[in-house]
Amino acid sequence: MITLAALAVLLPFAGAFAGMLGGRRLPQPWVACVPVAVSTVLTAIVAFAVWRSPGERAGTLTLIQTGALPIRVGLQVDGLSGLVGVMVCCVALAVQVYSVAYMADDRRYASYAAFVSLFTSAMLLVVFAGDLLLLYVGWEVMGICSYFLIGHHWEDRANSRAAVKAFLVTRLGDVGFLFGIFVLGVAAKSFTISDVLARAAGMPDTTLTAAALLLLCGVVGKSAQFPLHTWLPDAMAGPTPISALIHAATMVAAGIYFVARVYPVFWLVPAALTVLGLIAVVSMVGSALAALAQDDLKRVLAYSTISQLAVMAAGLAVGARSAAVFHLVTHAAFKALLFLAAGCVIHATATNMLARYGGLRRTMPITFWTMSIGFAALVGVPPFSGWFSKDAVIAAAQHGALHHGDYVGKVQAGWFPQTAAPVAPPPTTDSGAPVWTFHADPGVHLPGGVAWTIYLGLLLTVALTAAYSARAWLMTFFGEARGDARVHEAPGDPQAQEMPGEPQAQEVPGGARAHEAPKLMTWPLMVLAVPAAILGFFGLGAPELRPELVPSLLGIVLVAAGFGVVWLVWNRDPAQDPVRMLGPVRPVFAKAFYLDELYGFVIVRPVVALARGVAVADRTGIDAAVVGTARAARRLGGTLRIPQNGNAQTYLTVLLGGVVVITALVVIFK
Amino acid sequence: MIFLLMMAIPACAALALLVPGARLLPDDASLGRFGILVSGATLLVGLSAATAFDYSHASRAQLAVNRSWEPSLGLRFHLGVDGISLPLVVLTALLTFLCFLYTHRHPPAGGRLRLFTALLLVLEIGMLGTFVALDLILFFVFFEVVLIPMFAVILLWGGPGRRAAATKFILYTLLGSGLLLAGMLLIAVNAGTLDMTELARRHGAGVSHGVQVAGFLLMMLGFGVKAPMWPLHTWLPDAHTEAPTAGSVLLAGVLLKMGTYGLVRIALPSAPDGARSCALALGLLAVIGIVYGALACLAQTDLKRMIAYSSVGHMGFVLLGIATLTPVGVNAALFGNIAHGLITGLLFFLAGSIKERYGTGDLERIGGGMLGTAPRLASFLTFASVASLGLPGLAGFWGEMLALLGAYRPDAGLSRPAFVTFMAIGGLGAVLTAAYFLRLLSRITHGRPRDATAVIAAPSAYEYAAWVPLVALTLLVGLWPKTLLAVTSGPVRALFGGLG
Repeated sequence: MITLAALAVLLPFAGAFAGMLGGRRLPQPWVACVPVAVSTVLTAIVAFAVWRSPGERAGTLTLIQTGALPIRVGLQVDGLSGLVGVMVCCVALAVQVYSVAYMADDRRYASYAAFVSLFTSAMLLVVFAGDLLLLYVGWEVMGICSYFLIGHHWEDRANSRAAVKAFLVTRLGDVGFLFGIFVLGVAAKSFTISDVLARAAGMPDTTLTAAALLLLCGVVGKSAQFPLHTWLPDAMAGPTPISALIHAATMVAAGIYFVARVYPVFWLVPAALTVLGLIAVVSMVGSALAALAQDDLKRVLAYSTISQLAVMAAGLAVGARSAAVFHLVTHAAFKALLFLAAGCVIHATATNMLARYGGLRRTMPITFWTMSIGFAALVGVPPFSGWFSKDAVIAAAQHGALHHGDYVGKVQAGWFPQTAAPVAPPPTTDSGAPVWTFHADPGVHLPGGVAWTIYLGLLLTVALTAAYSARAWLMTFFGEARGDARVHEAPGDPQAQEMPGEPQAQEVPGGARAHEAPKLMTWPLMVLAVPAAILGFFGLGAPELRPELVPSLLGIVLVAAGFGVVWLVWNRDPAQDPVRMLGPVRPVFAKAFYLDELYGFVIVRPVVALARGVAVADRTGIDAAVVGTARAARRLGGTLRIPQNGNAQTYLTVLLGGVVVITALVVIFK
Repeated sequence: MIFLLMMAIPACAALALLVPGARLLPDDASLGRFGILVSGATLLVGLSAATAFDYSHASRAQLAVNRSWEPSLGLRFHLGVDGISLPLVVLTALLTFLCFLYTHRHPPAGGRLRLFTALLLVLEIGMLGTFVALDLILFFVFFEVVLIPMFAVILLWGGPGRRAAATKFILYTLLGSGLLLAGMLLIAVNAGTLDMTELARRHGAGVSHGVQVAGFLLMMLGFGVKAPMWPLHTWLPDAHTEAPTAGSVLLAGVLLKMGTYGLVRIALPSAPDGARSCALALGLLAVIGIVYGALACLAQTDLKRMIAYSSVGHMGFVLLGIATLTPVGVNAALFGNIAHGLITGLLFFLAGSIKERYGTGDLERIGGGMLGTAPRLASFLTFASVASLGLPGLAGFWGEMLALLGAYRPDAGLSRPAFVTFMAIGGLGAVLTAAYFLRLLSRITHGRPRDATAVIAAPSAYEYAAWVPLVALTLLVGLWPKTLLAVTSGPVRALFGGLG
């Protein structure tokens, strides 16, 4: 089993290597797709085996002695990693197939596909890693792949900047993450995840709190949560399939996955859960508001991703680990679908701007229907997948709010029998259910105010999600087709951030009509639409994931309200952007509360100024001192040289003077 | 004996070059082949030493030569390697060989290839000798042998500011050597032996605390000039920037390591008490170096100068590892040494190639779009930069990570809060490191080329030959850090037999 998991990790890696070195000699699309396809099968087998006989399996290839704690090069498979592993492979496969068509005319398709394969391998390593440092390796390699892929069209300086920003912001969080690993590992005397979890309960409170908060830095960076979320919207500069894979379904979900992975640690630290919950609320509401006012379809989806990741984080904060993971999986399906569909739209219209779309439902029926399913799942229209998973999170949050932050009651009513469980460290392995298990340590509370904040934030987000989705959906597919939008942007137009390879040669000349995307692009859409639609029903198998009446009704009402308001505004004049109703706050939302500007002012500029200062100080301070000593030595030499100037008269005079002085001294002291 | 042979080959070759040019190797091409042949033979001997090495006893000095040299002073001609020095010996032979390969097709501006070849060979003797010497005086002799050829290489084949740079280099490092010699003799006289294995075995026994502190401090400053340790680094940017490519590669790849190697090999084991007293200062200077180097890089406008300052930051991590006085920290230092040698060597090769093609190292004048105009060159530069910024899976990461881990839990006798602070600052330094390398890539590899019609020559076979081994080793060591850690762990543990 571990061998299969290892193969699943290594195959895309080998594919990446071959693709990178092979160049044009190899059939690149096959090199890209086949390893991922095989990995998909392998992870499916692994997940199935774990489902049949739950429990954790671990395997170790070797131990690396470092002089302190050894690094265990080994993998670990359990229900959580099996499920997420399958999810990653499926999305990666869909994206690779889609990219064959999307990037068909790109000269650098080979390196593109290789980086996607490398990324897949790194993500699978994160999922299956049995050692925290090994996980960190995958974690960072994902980051550099993300950097390369965002900057794929590096001719444009804006893309290059976006790539650098994405890497640096996440790296900032990752430093904290690495230190968190140190704290946990040194306290547990092992970097092996299962050992760490087993020994977490015995660690001092301060150690655990420090570890959890430091790890949160990395999670917040990778999963693009406030205050380190600013890289994600800019990351949309990358090709759209990349946005689907890395910046929607997998890498950004890695942060959430990691918290779920080491959940016992977080569960022991209410402070960390409180912080996570508050971050989540700020992220989900703030980015939903920002999504409302974006002009760029991909940026709408990017802010939506931040918001949905925050929903998962909120689920983790209120103790609903299974609900959060459930939402992670459904979100991966529907958000990847949305991005790939957006890619089709962009491919056909050659622009990202919502204002230039319109009426596309007639010309692009497959894209229209699949994207509608995606939006329905995102918004939470029953019975699409997002409705189930979001509802499970909301139900848990509601329970916590009503019971003063006590989330155990719900669990007792659900999975665990309602007998008072003894206070014990949470189990470290998924032993109960195949996939959905819930570890609860009775008696841990979030502050009541925080619980309420999370709950209300979730409800507000539901309404806002409906609103921004409705706006994007209506503006893209309904209304009048907007004339010149279908023609290619003039070269150099800054709005045309991305020019997918395929020129619109097939278009009827002069007709300038948008067309349905090629089959290789629509197939993945249709395949992804299936889980996006029905994945929710799988949640019915676990009691704590079943929809509850009150929260689900509330959710439907809020969705209807959010959608209704936007629809009414839009219906008045379909040619106009409904967001105009926001009036003066619109630019604030569009600029995402000016956070980028603030960071630029508070962090970037001082660092650059400091760097200049250091460069100058090095020249005028330290180096000047060094050169100065040389000069001083020469000057001293010059002074000392004066008596030795070769003038015999001076020498004799001094000699005589000396004799006189000595004689005088002898006479006086005799 | 094998190391005697290893040094005899370049020595004989250098002597042979005294024969007038008309008689032997009359043209540059044959000289280039000669250099490749000699350094290749040396590398082969080095590799066979590595295969003859018994890895199960990596902490013992092996393949030793131990002859009496000057009995009245107790000097011995004692050579040998253990797990600490073996990787450095191989690295030295490899980098020298690659330099000759590169120089064969891309000779330094200024001609006189005969002298250049001879100087590089003498340089190689000095570098190899430093790493295999097991007698303090012998070590010092080799340590000094290196200076003159490097001085001449910078002075004769350097850039426009070569005279000042070469003078600063030699005077500064000679000053360091003076302090070093004083420190080594102070310890040796008090311990009553010049033998490094013996000194290491005693762990400072019989040498009073005060002497140890004074000795360690002197050696720390002496080696610190070479390493370079902030604020003793200012010779380095000038020397690196002005030196020809081969000079820069060996300077960064090997010469800097002699400082940190000396600290680990001589200063730590012979004066452990002194090390404890000075570790805090060493750690502080190391961390300042990390952040300072990174910030200085962020503001540089010249490619070679930027890489030079990056060495200050990277060697800061190495010094931080040493300062923790833990096995993991010293392992980190040794790992960082090798990783820096591979990666920065590669970076200087690439910088040389870029300078050769664009005629300038100025980032502004190079412009952008190198990935479009010279895709291979730019790809190698991207790889080297990413490796240098410490990406896990490549060589640079493990040294930095383990140094930080060491700082999280330093030796029991050291102030933990101080070192945890160092760790945090070092971590921020790593982010800044990423920032300046990505800025570099963004500026010169991304964007559109200034002159789209300019034709940039594709890399030659000799350039590939110089780059590819370094890339392959960076990958190997990065993906499988055990290759190095398994060799160094044992001797490092033995090193701390009396410390921990």
